[in-house]
Order: sequence, then C-alpha cells, then structure tokens
Amino acid sequence: MKLNRRVFLGTAGAAAASLQAPAVLGAGKPRVVVVGGGAGGATAARYIAKDSRGAIGVTLVEPSRTCYTCFFSNLYIGGFQELSDISHSYGTLAANYGINVVHDWAVGVDRDIRTVTLAGGAVLPYDKLILSPGIDFVEGAVEGWDLSAQNRMPHAYKAGSQTELLKAQVHGMPEGGTFCMVAPPNPYRCPPGPYERVSMVAHVLQSVNPAAKIIVADPKPEFSKMALFQEGWGSRYNGMIDWIGEDFGGGNVSVSPDAMTVTIDGEEIKVDACNVIPAMKAGRIAEMAGVTEGNWAPVNAADMSSKADPDIYVLGDASQQGDMPKSGSSANSQAKVCANAVRGALAGSKVFPARFSNTCWSLIGTNDGVKVGATYEATAEKIAKVDGFISQIGESANLRKATYEESVGWYAGITSDMFG
Amino acid sequence: MGDAEAGKQVFDECKGCHQVRPGAENRTGPHLNGLFGRRAASVEGFRYSKSFRRAGNSGLAWHADSLSGFLADPGSVASGTRMSHRGLKDEKKRAGLIAYLRQFPDNPRDIPEADPAAKGADHGLDPEVLGLQGDPDYGAYLSSECTTCHQAEGGDAGIPSIVSWPEEDFVRALHAYKSKQRTHPVMQMSAGRLSYAEIAALAAFFEDPG
Repeated sequence: MKLNRRVFLGTAGAAAASLQAPAVLGAGKPRVVVVGGGAGGATAARYIAKDSRGAIGVTLVEPSRTCYTCFFSNLYIGGFQELSDISHSYGTLAANYGINVVHDWAVGVDRDIRTVTLAGGAVLPYDKLILSPGIDFVEGAVEGWDLSAQNRMPHAYKAGSQTELLKAQVHGMPEGGTFCMVAPPNPYRCPPGPYERVSMVAHVLQSVNPAAKIIVADPKPEFSKMALFQEGWGSRYNGMIDWIGEDFGGGNVSVSPDAMTVTIDGEEIKVDACNVIPAMKAGRIAEMAGVTEGNWAPVNAADMSSKADPDIYVLGDASQQGDMPKSGSSANSQAKVCANAVRGALAGSKVFPARFSNTCWSLIGTNDGVKVGATYEATAEKIAKVDGFISQIGESANLRKATYEESVGWYAGITSDMFG
Repeated sequence: MGDAEAGKQVFDECKGCHQVRPGAENRTGPHLNGLFGRRAASVEGFRYSKSFRRAGNSGLAWHADSLSGFLADPGSVASGTRMSHRGLKDEKKRAGLIAYLRQFPDNPRDIPEADPAAKGADHGLDPEVLGLQGDPDYGAYLSSECTTCHQAEGGDAGIPSIVSWPEEDFVRALHAYKSKQRTHPVMQMSAGRLSYAEIAALAAFFEDPG
C-alpha cells in the first residue's frame, strides 16, 4: 500500500488518541457485563455506572429478582430479622443508575469474541467482563448428600427458600430432638457463618425446645472466632452444643437424607433436622469461562483481573486472591477496586492504588455481638493482610450490645452501597 | 505530676457544670468524683451524648493520659459531646487540673501515677496538618471504604453518620483514631493506615459529598 498523506494522518491521529484514552476499539460506549448480583457484582455495577456518569454501559446478569443476603440470614433463623429485612430488589440499580438488569443465567463465555451467552439465548458483547458468581458445592463432598437432597437436608448457604426451610425444620423438631450441622472444610464462604448459625439455632431451641441437642461435625481443628463462640456457647447454651472437631472424627461423616441419619466417625445418629454445608468451589460460570484453577479463580491483587484473561475480573467468594476471607464485606471491598480499574481502562479515569478491608460481625445471642476485621493491600503475589483486630473474650455486656447495634448499622450501610 | 493547688484554680472554669467534692451530684455535666479508672459515660443517672456513650462502650476510660487528650480538645475525642468547653491548650494547666481531680477518688490506692497504657501521645495537632488541602477526587475513591459501614446518605443507627462534617472536625477525629486516643478498633485500624494527605482528602470529600 502506498502511504499517502491521508492515510498517514489518519493513523497518526489514532495512535495519539490511544496514548491518552482507553484501549477500546470500535465506536459507541464501552460495555461492561457483570455476572452475579451479590455483594461483589451489585457493588461493581453500581460504582461503574455511578462514577462513569453514563459513559460506560453496564449490564448486570442475575437470575433472581430478589436478592436475599447471606449475611444476616442467620439472624433470620434466630428470629432477629424478618425475611423481608434481608431481601432487596434491583429496581434502584436499574432506575437510578441506568444499569441494564437482566434476570437470566449466564451459561457461556466466549473469550475470543468477548461475549456472554444467557440461558434464554441472548448474547451480550463485552469489553470487560466481571464475574461475581459466588459459590457452588463440590460434588460428592459429603457422602450420601447431593443437591437432590437439599430439601431433606438443606445447605441454606445460598439465602432464600433454603434458609426458610431450615428455619422451619428447626421449629418443627420434636421435643428433645437432635439438630446436626455438617460444617465445611476451608476455604468456604463466610468463615464464622456456620458457627453464628449454630448460635442462632441454639437461641431458638433454648426458648422453644430446651431439651434439644445440637451436634456439629467439623472437618477442621479450629474455626473463625472460635474462642468467642465457645465462650458464648458455654455461658448461654450450656451443654446444648456438642462440637466434634477433626480430632474426634468430625471430618469422617456420611449422611442418609432418606433415613435422616448422620454417621460421624462410624457412629450413626438419628437426627431431626440436618444442615449439610458441603465443600465449596467458585460459581460454575467461572469454570465455564476457563478462568479457574482447581476450585477457584486466581486473580491479580492490584485490580482483581483474572490471571487467565486481562478482560475478565473475578470478585468475591469465587476468586482466589490471597489473605481476605470469602465474605460479603470482602466482595464489596474488592468490587470498588475493580470498578476503579475498569473505569480507568474503559473511560480513562484516574486509577488509584488498590486498598481492601473486611469487617465481619457475628451474633452469639440476644445483644451479644462480636466482630473481626482487617485491612489489606495488593502485593505482586496476592492480597496481603496489613492490620487486624478481633473482639475479646470477657467483654462487657454494654460493648457486646453496642457491637450488635453496629452490625445492624453496617448492614444498612453495605446494602445501600450495593443496591443504591 | 501537676500542681494540684494551681489545678484548683483551673477548676473554676469547670465548676459551672461539674461538681467534685464529697457528695457531689450531677449538674449540667456529670459529677467528677472517682473519675480515675472509670469508663467514659458511665456515671449513673447522667444522660450522655450518643457519641460519648459510643466512646465509653468502645473502651475509653479515664486516666491521666486520656484525660489530658480530652481536656486539650474535647471534640476530637467525642465529636458530639455536649461539653462546650473549647479545650485547655496549656499543658501545665491540664496537668494541674488532673492532679486536682485525683484528690477525689473512690479508692485512692487504685489511682495509677499514669495511665498504664499511656503512650505519651502528643495531643496537639500541628496546624500544618490541619491546613493540608485534600484532593476530593482521591477522597471520593477512599470514601468507598467508609461507605461499606457508614451510609453515604447519612443515617445514624448503630454506626454514626460521617456526611457533611466540617472539614476540620473530620480531620481531628481521624487523627484521634490514628493516635489511638479514640478507642474504636475498626476505626483505629482504618485510620491507622491513612496518611495525612489521605485524611485531608477524605475530609474534603465528606464535607460536601454532592
């Protein structure tokens, strides 16, 4: 081709433009697709839409019309929250932030041509794709249990109808009956979650069925906030909770949902309600997109981009990022770092250095809240912990009450940060 | 130790609101008998401000060091305190007042010479730090860490509102967490890693978040 003046100028102009602005090809608005409308996805969608002021088109793909938050769902089981208190619609994200909310399942990602395919047949093109699909369960993790058994033995680890079912089963236990929890191995969503749940079940049973027993079969030798929970279990629910850790065969468990029995280290127990929380892995779409290694999706700490694909970001529970716990608070924090990076890449906005934090409140009984938290930074290898704190055993009743009230304030804060 | 005799004179500024003597009672402010070792906001029957109750619940207790910080700048320790005194900037006056108040214990043997946890903190905030101009764009980015807990729209249930504060109050409060004069562990941690410029940026943003 002969290089004439017109072609030369055209090319030079394009090159100059690409120095200052974003590497998005083609005309029209840059497009971001977010898969998953939980703490990671909803926050990322909202921050990108809000801060780009319409310069970036944001589509949020989420099958459910109502989000029941996993955090505080234990408080619903304990009777401290109504189900309506933990349910949120995506209406504000659509109406006030201009986000295109699509209620469908993402079933495929074509990384070469950068599209997401939905179960309903739609194909969504993207410049950047954010996957925040939460968790799925590892098949065969608990012998005798699979998803077809989830009505007999609920996991209640994705909030909503499963949580309602578990609560109803706790209330339906015969007098002096047995509740069993099969706790998950690390790493899993919400490290203190199973133990807060045990506390809430004990709180309910203490008032409606005080002769009942709680057995926890746990494959781990220790767990999050262990000293705090065990102190509370001793002082509030004395003798009701039997925690069987790794040392006593807590990891050697099989269940029979039809017979309603649990076998722990060779000993078969008849149970009246059973909460099976199996081992977890990244939500399936991460695997389908080919960004997982083993059960999780490795990411770069600086911006939450996938180590497998610079145009895909993975947030929250599904990501493998380093030191942060898998929690709604972590996902929310990661989403803001990601949103800042995505806006920088697509709209040329200033990118500030990554900073992360996580705070996590748990309720042990009425007005007995505890908390743990930490700050994190991005290193070349991972998200690394900087500093942290945890509630202490023996704290005053005033402080525990204030901590519980704080958790209610935090819930209002994080949910308005997610849903607007 | 300060000069208790001189402190008695300083207390003249306080006695419009506070009593300290055998049989002292709550007035506009709580009585100050048995102050040392006492948790903040814990005198029976006195209605404390919300921010003072929060400070007490999160562990603020009165010792020589914490009192000195509070007396120097009451608002930096509890932003919403109803104690309207502008603060005693003169360190000698504060030491004298503290020595005077030490004479009215519940149990004299329990009074430590100094707070066992005393850090010898410098309670004054360098005017240069207060004068730093923050970058509101950076503040907007940093603020997203705050709004996980503190509602961007205001809202004051369980966790205080941080929206529309005067810039200087915001800066003083965050520095008081950073220096651990304020006791809340989440805030000590969060403020602990903020640089002076980042605190100024946040203050600039939250004064008018738009």
